Amino acid sequence: MNWDELIGGIGQHTVEGLSKGAIFALVALGYTLVYGVLKLINFAHSEVFMIGTVAVIGAWHFMGVTETPSIGMAIVFLLVGAVVAAGASGGVAVLVERVAYRRLRRMNAPPLIFLITAIGVSLTLMEFMALWGAAWMTGKSTDIPLRMNIQDFPRMLEDTTIFTIGGVVFKTHTLLLIGAALLMMFILDVFINKTRYGRGVRAVAQNADTAALMGVNQDRVIMLIFLLGGIMAGVAALLWNVRYGYTKFDVGFVLGLKAFTAAVLGGIGNLRGALLGGLLLGVVEVYASVLFQSRWEDVAAFVVLVVVLMFRPTGLLGESLGRARA
Amino acid sequence: MSGNHTAAAQAAKRQRGSIGDRWRRLPRWQRVLGALAGIVFLYYLPFLGIPGLVYLRTDLADQGSAWSAVLFNCAVYVIIALGLNVVVGLAGLLDLGYVGFFALGAYSVALFGSTNSPVVKALQVKLGLPQDWAVAWALCIPIAIVLAMISGVILGWPTLRLRGDYLAIVTLGFGEIIRICARNLDGVTSGAQGISEVPGPSGPPAAGNLFGIIDTKPWYWLALTVVLFVVFLVRRLENSRPGRAWLAIREDEDAAAVMGVYPFKFKLWAFAIGAALGGVAGFLYGSKAGFVEPSQFDVNLSILFVAMVVVGGSGNMAGVALGAVLLTYLPERFREFSDYRVLVFGMAMVAVMVLRPQGLIPSKRRARELHDRAEEAKVNVA
Repeated sequence: MNWDELIGGIGQHTVEGLSKGAIFALVALGYTLVYGVLKLINFAHSEVFMIGTVAVIGAWHFMGVTETPSIGMAIVFLLVGAVVAAGASGGVAVLVERVAYRRLRRMNAPPLIFLITAIGVSLTLMEFMALWGAAWMTGKSTDIPLRMNIQDFPRMLEDTTIFTIGGVVFKTHTLLLIGAALLMMFILDVFINKTRYGRGVRAVAQNADTAALMGVNQDRVIMLIFLLGGIMAGVAALLWNVRYGYTKFDVGFVLGLKAFTAAVLGGIGNLRGALLGGLLLGVVEVYASVLFQSRWEDVAAFVVLVVVLMFRPTGLLGESLGRARA
Repeated sequence: MSGNHTAAAQAAKRQRGSIGDRWRRLPRWQRVLGALAGIVFLYYLPFLGIPGLVYLRTDLADQGSAWSAVLFNCAVYVIIALGLNVVVGLAGLLDLGYVGFFALGAYSVALFGSTNSPVVKALQVKLGLPQDWAVAWALCIPIAIVLAMISGVILGWPTLRLRGDYLAIVTLGFGEIIRICARNLDGVTSGAQGISEVPGPSGPPAAGNLFGIIDTKPWYWLALTVVLFVVFLVRRLENSRPGRAWLAIREDEDAAAVMGVYPFKFKLWAFAIGAALGGVAGFLYGSKAGFVEPSQFDVNLSILFVAMVVVGGSGNMAGVALGAVLLTYLPERFREFSDYRVLVFGMAMVAVMVLRPQGLIPSKRRARELHDRAEEAKVNVA
């Protein structure tokens, strides 16, 4: 137990945790959106994220980026990466809904069946990436499965110190991560609360049958939420590459679990809850890895999940997408 | 019109009956004889040399795996599938952390039975015992069962009150925690190094043991005996009061509670019994391997276990046993495609769930449940 270290550097650790949590929060949005509407844990969402991380590298590879570019070009590449990742992740998320879930929805299958289908989809996507996808996108030989870390791509931004407040150092990556997460969250919040499509989503979340009677196209709303969740995961994937500088066919698994934990922590089905839960979980993990050792941080995340579920199963902000405005 | 047609077809089918029905209609002596013949055949399998069936063996190709070792693995996984079936198939609780119990079983024989384990060494020092002392193999069996059951109850106590899908995620986390603990607690489990010298029924691994490394037939027969015992046990359990309570809870928890079945208690029982069977399987696996380390208990195994139960037909013992055997045997038989194994698993899981959610050999009751739900959905749409 390293209390001195934790209390001494509490500000720095908190900022670290927030930037780590930003990725959790963005991925958690995908779980929350789907759960809010369908009452279904989209287990395959972690792979939607993973595909985003590979797609970003693929985009840079095809654009011929080989070394860290100037700041102006870096911004262009990051934006292109974000668009490609969002497109890839969103597309895959919609595809998953179409292929795996739609038929089961028609059959009114019990949640267990959905979950197992999702696990199957998740395995399929992971293996597809390991066997062919990742190698193809990053320009490597597709003869052997690519199960190692993919890390030989240029870091877009050097992680330099931007400014310091009271001894707490704010670096490029930290600021980019927290800023991008807040921006995406804001856009999504406005979209769900202010637009016509968002109203449809909230209506279906509240009561699917009534919404259908009022002329909301259920299938389209469900496609929309998978797309939105995928886009958020795609942006998270870009941020992941910027911060950690590697990806792997199973990079989504643990991250997905933590993002789900974040969603539950904030109240699954609640958009702002996902943001809060993500940031909080990031901070808790960093604290835990300082207090104990970093090899225990995964355990900390799961313990938090169990404790939250025991004492406040509806999460910190309560769970309801339908009442997102309240 | 089409309704009449399908009703007639169904009636005709009912008269002919499925294989299971025709089996049940046979006179008792024929059924007993059939079962006995089946059991004898299972014990004979390691020597399999019947023309035609020879191609089932996995050691025909140059680099094939030893046939009786594959049979042993199949038997261990059948025990796991039967245990998980109690939790998933009968009680309807999705447990994605089953590998945790498997690991506990394997670790209990390693920690208490091996002279190389830190636990045994600490006991030797504390109780003043000789260097070659360790807990006897047979005594490790109850230890494994009790440890697994206790951990099942500890896991179940806080989580079984949760909604089903939360339960899945929490148990997934539990499986990870067990593995991380096994890896990180160097002083207890010797961490990532693992523990060697794990004993079998005839003591620590050594040349010339009956339960040795080279000839694994005795191991298979041991595991098969355990399988038969477990089958008998679970059969009795299915028709007992807890068994009926599980079905009631799975189909409608609220209705069951109104009828005086206390769901939490029976769910906890399902968890504990499932955990105990997982522990037994892990125990067998660990003592045959002779070596236990954390990386043997990956989370992917949990998912494989669930796949066995679900693909085979959750709720039906014959179904889950078939699922376990298929998913263990096929990858070994077709080793040359092992790169694609997990991909095929994944696609098979999706395909089975989407096209035949009740599994390959479904439990009748379960198939009817799914059918009813689909009918309800149709009414709602119309």
